[in-house]
Amino acid sequence: MDGPDLAWYLIVSAILFSIGTLGVLVRRSPLIVLLSLEIMLNAANLALISFARLHGGHDGQIFALTVMAVAASEVVVGLGLIVAMSRRRLTLDVDSFRLLRG
Amino acid sequence: MGNFLVWVVWVGAAFACLGSGVAVISFTNPFYSALALIGNLGSLAVLYLLASAEFLAAAQVLVYAGAVMVMFLFVIAYLGDSAGVPFGGGPSWVAVGAIVASAAILVEVVVAIGLKAGGALSNEADVGAAFGSPGEFGRLFLTDHLLAFEITSIVLLVAAIGGVILGTQTRSERELDAQEAHGRA
Repeated sequence: MDGPDLAWYLIVSAILFSIGTLGVLVRRSPLIVLLSLEIMLNAANLALISFARLHGGHDGQIFALTVMAVAASEVVVGLGLIVAMSRRRLTLDVDSFRLLRG
Repeated sequence: MGNFLVWVVWVGAAFACLGSGVAVISFTNPFYSALALIGNLGSLAVLYLLASAEFLAAAQVLVYAGAVMVMFLFVIAYLGDSAGVPFGGGPSWVAVGAIVASAAILVEVVVAIGLKAGGALSNEADVGAAFGSPGEFGRLFLTDHLLAFEITSIVLLVAAIGGVILGTQTRSERELDAQEAHGRA
């Protein structure tokens, strides 16, 4: 393979995943939390594609395409929830939603 | 020479991808965060292309950087100023704990992959020119992975219906709107 080893792809994927985790943990706006979730899903996709290339099979790529479809559905539902929250005049702050916290 | 060019493109895409990832979580304005995520998804598409996943690179640009991010930008524009508080408040040990937790995840992933597959990562399989092409995807989705294909379509349909239900205005919200309009008048 010309270009870098697949190990480098996996390192980029791991760093990207932890950037996404950090975003989910430190940000309070639900919009940014959703964006960080997208970063994490894409990091997982990059790992799937690298391993598909490593083994020479298509299954990893098929899985990555399925993950993309699931991510699109997740965005639809997440953004719908955010719009519904802002319609009820709630502050968009994940720390202030404590109705389900128990 | 071709090899060198691949390296240059790879390093550029990888740094663009990580840099825009950091930008997504550090901008205070959600609009800029969403724009940075578009850059992130675009540079990831370049990495997919270099790992011979041509169809997925195209789908990434069309579906993600195109459709999904436009939806994000519309919602951010709709929310306007109420788009949310910037950063976590609370004691500073929460932020330190978050950084430690994500660093721990990074170390765990690297160690787990290194232990399981470290030696095998440099000798990847030989693949033909058809690897990752749309034709191959279509054949596999209608033969080996037919169930995944059908379930994905149902998931998308359910998400669309859920989006419509969540977006419908309820009666109490209409009353809230009417009260505000009355208060302004």
